[in-house]
Amino acid sequence: MSTTADQAPATEHIDRVIIRFAGDSGDGMQLTGDRFTSASALLGNDLVTLPEYPAEIRAPAGTVAGVSAFQVHISDHDITTHGDTPDVLVAMNPAALLSEVGKLEPGASLIVNIDAFDERNLTKAGYDHNPLEGDDLLAFTVFEVPMTSLTRQACEPLGVKPRDAERSKNFFALGLISWMYTRPEQPTLDWIATKFASKPQVRDANVAAFNAGHAFGETAELFGHRYAVDPAPQAPGEYTSVNGNTATAWGLIAASQLVKLPLFLGSYPITPASDILHELSKHKNFGVRTLQAEDEIAGIGAALGAAYGGHLGITTTSGPGVALKSETLGLAISLELPLVIIDVQRGGPSTGLPTKTEQADLLLAMFGRHGESPLPIVAAFSPAQCFHAAIEAVRLAVTYRTPVFLLTDGYLANGSEPWLIPDVDDLPDIPVAFLTEPNATAADGSPMLLPYQRDPETLARPWIIPGTPGLEHRIGGIEKAEGTGNISYDPENHEHMTRVRAAKVAGIADDIPAAEVTGDVDDAELLVVGWGSTWGAINGGVDRCRARGRKVAHVHITHLNPFPANLGEIVRRYPKVAVPEMNLGQLTLLLRAEYLVDARPISKVKGLPFTAGELEAAFLEVLDD
Amino acid sequence: MTDTAVPETTRKDWSSDQEPRWCPGCGDYTILAAVQSLMPNLGVRREETVFVSGIGCAARFPYYMDTYGVHTIHGRAPAIATGLAVARPDLDVWVVGGDGDMLSIGGNHLLHALRRNVDLTILMFNNQIYGLTKGQYSPTSEVGKVTKSTPFGSLDHPFNPISLAIGAEATFVARTHDMDRNHMQDVLTRAHAHEGAAFVEIYQNCNVFNDGAFAQITAKTNRSSMLIPLEHGEPIRFGEENERGVVMGPDSALRIVDVSDVGEDALLVHDETDAGLAFQLSRLSHGPTEPTAIGVFRSIERDDYGSGVSRQVAAAGEQKGPGDLRALLHSGATWTVD
Repeated sequence: MSTTADQAPATEHIDRVIIRFAGDSGDGMQLTGDRFTSASALLGNDLVTLPEYPAEIRAPAGTVAGVSAFQVHISDHDITTHGDTPDVLVAMNPAALLSEVGKLEPGASLIVNIDAFDERNLTKAGYDHNPLEGDDLLAFTVFEVPMTSLTRQACEPLGVKPRDAERSKNFFALGLISWMYTRPEQPTLDWIATKFASKPQVRDANVAAFNAGHAFGETAELFGHRYAVDPAPQAPGEYTSVNGNTATAWGLIAASQLVKLPLFLGSYPITPASDILHELSKHKNFGVRTLQAEDEIAGIGAALGAAYGGHLGITTTSGPGVALKSETLGLAISLELPLVIIDVQRGGPSTGLPTKTEQADLLLAMFGRHGESPLPIVAAFSPAQCFHAAIEAVRLAVTYRTPVFLLTDGYLANGSEPWLIPDVDDLPDIPVAFLTEPNATAADGSPMLLPYQRDPETLARPWIIPGTPGLEHRIGGIEKAEGTGNISYDPENHEHMTRVRAAKVAGIADDIPAAEVTGDVDDAELLVVGWGSTWGAINGGVDRCRARGRKVAHVHITHLNPFPANLGEIVRRYPKVAVPEMNLGQLTLLLRAEYLVDARPISKVKGLPFTAGELEAAFLEVLDD
Repeated sequence: MTDTAVPETTRKDWSSDQEPRWCPGCGDYTILAAVQSLMPNLGVRREETVFVSGIGCAARFPYYMDTYGVHTIHGRAPAIATGLAVARPDLDVWVVGGDGDMLSIGGNHLLHALRRNVDLTILMFNNQIYGLTKGQYSPTSEVGKVTKSTPFGSLDHPFNPISLAIGAEATFVARTHDMDRNHMQDVLTRAHAHEGAAFVEIYQNCNVFNDGAFAQITAKTNRSSMLIPLEHGEPIRFGEENERGVVMGPDSALRIVDVSDVGEDALLVHDETDAGLAFQLSRLSHGPTEPTAIGVFRSIERDDYGSGVSRQVAAAGEQKGPGDLRALLHSGATWTVD
């Protein structure tokens, strides 16, 4: 944090701050973090968030297993990560303190709800002593605030029962932090009024708690001064704050308009992908049909059935769901029908870490089917960019009549960032047409249909939907003869079709943007190759290395299959290549196989995103090796 | 899709140029012939008809119909057909599969297509055996069945497909067999006319791996004494001289009796809207050695799933107006940077 001295003494201007809210999973920490984020977004700060919550619906209250946390990084300049270590930790109980305090660097501020530090809660958290007494927290500035009792008092005049009042203590914390960081109060008060309009007592209790927290900051004289984080310089225009799942859903709706086909989503609920299903289900007035299927297989099956019928077929899931869907993906590859499968990756294998992020499904997307069954893979790299990635996945699917993977992950799905809302008129037009007339001539001169006759440029077959007179035909998962699509066991034909399907996907390399190198493009000692949500942390790590005078370049891949046509030339250009991934080296493996380069993996598989600091250290290690 | 009259067709118009490849003598040929000759009577267009199948001998069916068709993957036809029917309510969607396809690997999808009441005509060919994988026992095989995978006899208790369909909330449930084209066509005509999911079990002979499985009840000489035809509103009776019938005993269980013993008035009258009765009738026998009910067990009206989906989409459009992408993108809290 840097400070500028020439401001009013009561308010210190800082360029950025990282605040982490932590409490029991029933304490409303995600909501608190979310509201603080919204108020900051309205102020014009740049921001990145990291929500973290347990997979259990409700772990035992007061235990470390039940701790829910929300971290937000706000700044007056462009940032790309949720921040390395929190400057401020708000701990609502001993379990939250125990679970989170290790993430703090010396000098950080701690705001604790002292009311929760009783014998019972300390024991439940696993403390054999009270950390607020003694030397445990000497490295930090600790603010002890009786949040529960003050909230109770604030709500008392409203006639709210004490136990009900206590549930508003998260708004007390929010009021206090809003005062400390000079956030505008009105947006939060407006939000409370709207959200709890039908529950006046809850509304009034939350308002009272928020105001009490704010007033406490002003009057308690605990805090030396307030902080202000000024708006970040941003391109002019209208902004909103979106998380990756919402952006993905909106991208799909946009794509449905661009291709002029109704959207059909077949999906089975799974964390962290379910919110895409929820969001799309709200927008039926866009002609969106959503089917919550009986299982993952039915989800993709219904989407494929809809695609066969001429709708834009989409299925959303996370890793374990992909495993179940793979057989249907094989069928879609054989039928050569457009379909988009969205994998919001999480920690695996098996149930793994359902609420935690990982990037370990790349090879699953690439190879997770039987037989030779290539399909295009697109990866989103930031929450807001999920919007454009979804449109791109749809474009490839309908243009090439193929299933397409869109990979996002838990970090993108739940994290949010400010987004300069695009002008709808600037979105790409995606032309798609169904075949309506026979496309060939028989030996006797009569018109005939060849369902597998290919467009010479894209190698795509025509999209022929039922209801079209004269084009009745049968397709299926058995190998088909080129052209007619009739069943064929002919050995030559199978090899031909296998090679054509592969060539169709490989040819997409000419239809996607070239990879772009940033940083020290001409003279880098190290090229960092990334994909997906590591984008922000890599940017941060590369910038920090360059600030130290090291020469580093960065290329971030949005198309994982096929790779951009110029990628081989890029990865061979630099003396060293490092690949940070939240897996054990999956892209590394592909780069080595494809380009015979000595790419080195930088792995992190903790269910947590990289921080810029970690990558800075890792890059320096590679540079100095 | 068009308003003009449906053109007249013949069986030939519904036959594709692909040669059926089933074992000589397979019951599938007779079902195919019955369906192909039925289609001209249904008042439908070839281009608006789609046959969707899974995997198995029966699942080759779509290739032989000159309509639209998709041969999909094992057990998943009901799921894929659901997506098609919901997206395209204008189409006439048929699903064809066998007892292995629909009750084993695809059991879950069948149940859910039935309970949702997706507008599908589902034909399940039941030969109580796996044909395409060459002779393993199926979910409808009798206990003790000796096959390659059960040399000491199968221990699995079989499904009763009709009971299963009724339990899954199916709105139309019927049974017919491959030895009586007229009966099959009558049942299929009604199944096709039904709005919602129509489930038809067709007893079908596999002359290679389970030959004569149903001969005891479907052979011409045995039919009158072994098949109990169900007619809505009619007393349930059968036999050469209609001398036998079904009554409900004082314990509420169904029994087969001689009409002369109980009198005609005591006979149970079939009511297709009575789920309990339909279920009890399905329990009269598991076939194929005892008198077995055939015909329409259950037929009730319930809103079909695709219509519900379409109505919701239309209602959302009326309530909120057609989707405005610009408005959607600006629908959250927004702020302006100058």
